[in-house]
Amino acid sequence: MENCLLKMRHIEKRFPGVLALNNVDFTLRKGEIHALMGENGAGKSTLIKILTGVYQMDAGEITVEDTAVSIRSPQDAQNKGISTVYQEITLCPNLTVAENMFIGREGGNWVRHTEDEKRADEILKLLGIPARSTQQLGSCSLAVQQMVAIARAVDQNCKVLILDEPTSSLDDKEVKMLFDLMRDLKSKGVGIIFVTHFLEQVYEVSDRITVLRNGELVGEYLVEDLPQVELVSKMIGKELDELSTLKESDEEDISKKEVLYEAKSLSSSEAEPFDFTIHKGEVNGFTGLLGSGRSESVRAIFGADKVTGGNVTIKGKNAKITRPIDAMKHGIGYLSEDRKRDGIIAELSVRENIMLALQVMNGFFKPISRSESEAFADEYIKVLNIKTASRETPVGSLSGGNQQKVILARWLLTHPDYLILDEPTRGIDVGTKLEIQKLVLKLAEEGVSVTFISSEVEEMLRTCSRLIVMRDRHIVGELTGKDLNQAQVMKTIAGGEA
Amino acid sequence: MKNKKTHGGLGQLTIPIIALALLVLFNVVRDLIFIYYFKDPNYVSFFSIEFTRNNLDNTVLAGNLISIINGASELAILAMGMTLVTAACGGQDISVGAAAAIAGSVFVKVLKSSSSINGGTVAIAFVSACIVAMLFGSFNGTLVAVFKIQPMIATLILYTCGRSIAYWINGGATPTVNSPIITAIGSFIPGIPIPTPVLIVIAVSLLFKLIFKFTSLELFTQSVGINGSAARLNGINSTFIKLLSFIILGVCVAFSGTIGVSRLGLINHETLLLDIEMDTILAVAIGGNSLGGGKFKIGGSIIGAYVIQMLTITLYAMKVSSTDVKAYKAIVIVLLVVLGSPVVKAKFEKVLSYLGLNRQSISTKGAQ
Repeated sequence: MENCLLKMRHIEKRFPGVLALNNVDFTLRKGEIHALMGENGAGKSTLIKILTGVYQMDAGEITVEDTAVSIRSPQDAQNKGISTVYQEITLCPNLTVAENMFIGREGGNWVRHTEDEKRADEILKLLGIPARSTQQLGSCSLAVQQMVAIARAVDQNCKVLILDEPTSSLDDKEVKMLFDLMRDLKSKGVGIIFVTHFLEQVYEVSDRITVLRNGELVGEYLVEDLPQVELVSKMIGKELDELSTLKESDEEDISKKEVLYEAKSLSSSEAEPFDFTIHKGEVNGFTGLLGSGRSESVRAIFGADKVTGGNVTIKGKNAKITRPIDAMKHGIGYLSEDRKRDGIIAELSVRENIMLALQVMNGFFKPISRSESEAFADEYIKVLNIKTASRETPVGSLSGGNQQKVILARWLLTHPDYLILDEPTRGIDVGTKLEIQKLVLKLAEEGVSVTFISSEVEEMLRTCSRLIVMRDRHIVGELTGKDLNQAQVMKTIAGGEA
Repeated sequence: MKNKKTHGGLGQLTIPIIALALLVLFNVVRDLIFIYYFKDPNYVSFFSIEFTRNNLDNTVLAGNLISIINGASELAILAMGMTLVTAACGGQDISVGAAAAIAGSVFVKVLKSSSSINGGTVAIAFVSACIVAMLFGSFNGTLVAVFKIQPMIATLILYTCGRSIAYWINGGATPTVNSPIITAIGSFIPGIPIPTPVLIVIAVSLLFKLIFKFTSLELFTQSVGINGSAARLNGINSTFIKLLSFIILGVCVAFSGTIGVSRLGLINHETLLLDIEMDTILAVAIGGNSLGGGKFKIGGSIIGAYVIQMLTITLYAMKVSSTDVKAYKAIVIVLLVVLGSPVVKAKFEKVLSYLGLNRQSISTKGAQ
């Protein structure tokens, strides 16, 4: 392995009560894009954090270009040529691109404007990043901001570039731009570690895949040797024929069932007027590109934004929903798109997070007793298989997928008639994704109506019996029955049929 | 990644309890030195409590410890309310001293305008003080919750004008109220050796406990303070919760103002509970509560109040002059705040984990 860039051998990391990494090996070669795959809790983040000096390993060794190193801090990692670009942009949006690229680096605290700007422009041009050095970073799109973060890393003599979920908030076009940049860096000899939940993207851009499961190494594979289905089964550790046959093809016509919720020209401060109907026990979905208005529409249904007009009937009766609490009282639950910002109360316990919505519905003067809330928490921790040390663990310390399950539990506990799930599977592992999809179908069988939004069309095709397609903040089509296939969805999103 | 810590394994009450323990230890050592080393026959132990007869010929408890818990009463009550405001709004009310002067003035004004001072009129006076304090609390609360003004800026208004308003209420005079009932509120109820303000603190803390038991105030306040956006999407009316925290603080202000007035038997709008707002905020901070809002422990703030008072009394017992006390207090407070800082906490935890102690086993359970 003469072009071996980074070797991690027999890495072990222990947290109180958990062996997070057990004898894990990882190898990165020069000029390679290497996907690191695994479910939540598999140990990906821990491995990355050891590599970037956030955590210290308990055993094992790391060599960079055949020299043994110990990485003591993130700064130390950077000095050794290991840079990370995180999912959330960690730059300052109110500074210029050039300032962001040079601030806080060795060689003085001052930004030498003209010099730095010239240099920044050179780098941006070299990497083909569509931004100017004098532009405010905040005025760039998320993708460009991410690319600036990469440019900053690359300029610091970076040999190993770690991209942690870089694409989760980008649309298709932006993802393509990012991939072009990654390929460019690869050809310059940079080794890239790519962490993502999007399987298609792994196959589009990576050369090798390393799979972790439960803190152990499953194996390292060349991309061409590992078909997608096998990758998934290696990640969750079981064969998965279920994936394809999740939805039984029940041909009974859902539209014959009673209408649960109907909105006529509903609009909010964020959403253009739209009509929408859902039947009892129906699973439908909103699809469209990012920014097409799909989230805004469901937020209007829940009263999350200021509702500005429209007529809503629920179970045939007029309903007025202007605030979330109104919607909740009508039996609607809403799992928001942004789990961290709008979902979890990070410092409160799993138990408190689960009981929250029910408590709000019960009212201020009818607190749920401690023992009752403990029983609720225990029940849902079991039913949804939430992995947590105890019910009193702060929810912020759980992994993303488990946080999402806690919020699901919160809404399930209110026994809603209608559940809106906006991107419930974003940023969580394949196994949990599947569990959530199954849960959606099970709920529908029990007569709960579900609106499901996901940026992975495939996932929606598997669960929804009706897809509402949005483009430019308007509904442009509805697909049912045999029209429910990837090609037709793409065509409608793109506006092909017009 | 499962074990990413969001808050320390050390319990929230660790720091205030350690602070209190250190002060006790300091005084124990000092006692021992004076008794066994200097063999000072006139030395009275810091911790001695004795029964004496006061000038009204009641048998009452006296001693440094009694002065501490008695003297900290107003502070402890205000700290309870301040904890709620801090948790819900992520900011502090700096007008509590001025508001207490208003409440005290109203209390005296109502007593003065009634023909005789008896149980009924005192109750009416207190309720009036309460209502006025709640009104001013809702004024602050409206600025913070509805107009989204920074709490410190919003309450700066009442901080500035509060004592002037108090001055107007009694026409610029500092009237005295003479009544056994008022004396009883401010010092001792005949036959009960414990100072009445201490009993009021116990009553108010029980009141808080009842509120937490019979409403969802604790959960909702913490939710609003930690993640307002998520709280809103779960149907919590965060405006109401923030406003409510200020109104509850208003009730605390009325209690404190009434105690303050009753201690002296007069209202001095210029000096009543002067500068108490800063001590109140300090008590909340020493209590291990984040001044940025979110999770809170009322018990911590109460201990914080006693720590501050114990510090003062310790310094007085050491014959430090009242002008110097503030400087010494500042030194100790710097130490306390650094001790409670996340950096020191993290180091401390590291040491503990080297010693092989499990994080869970050392975390103190909050006893409220």
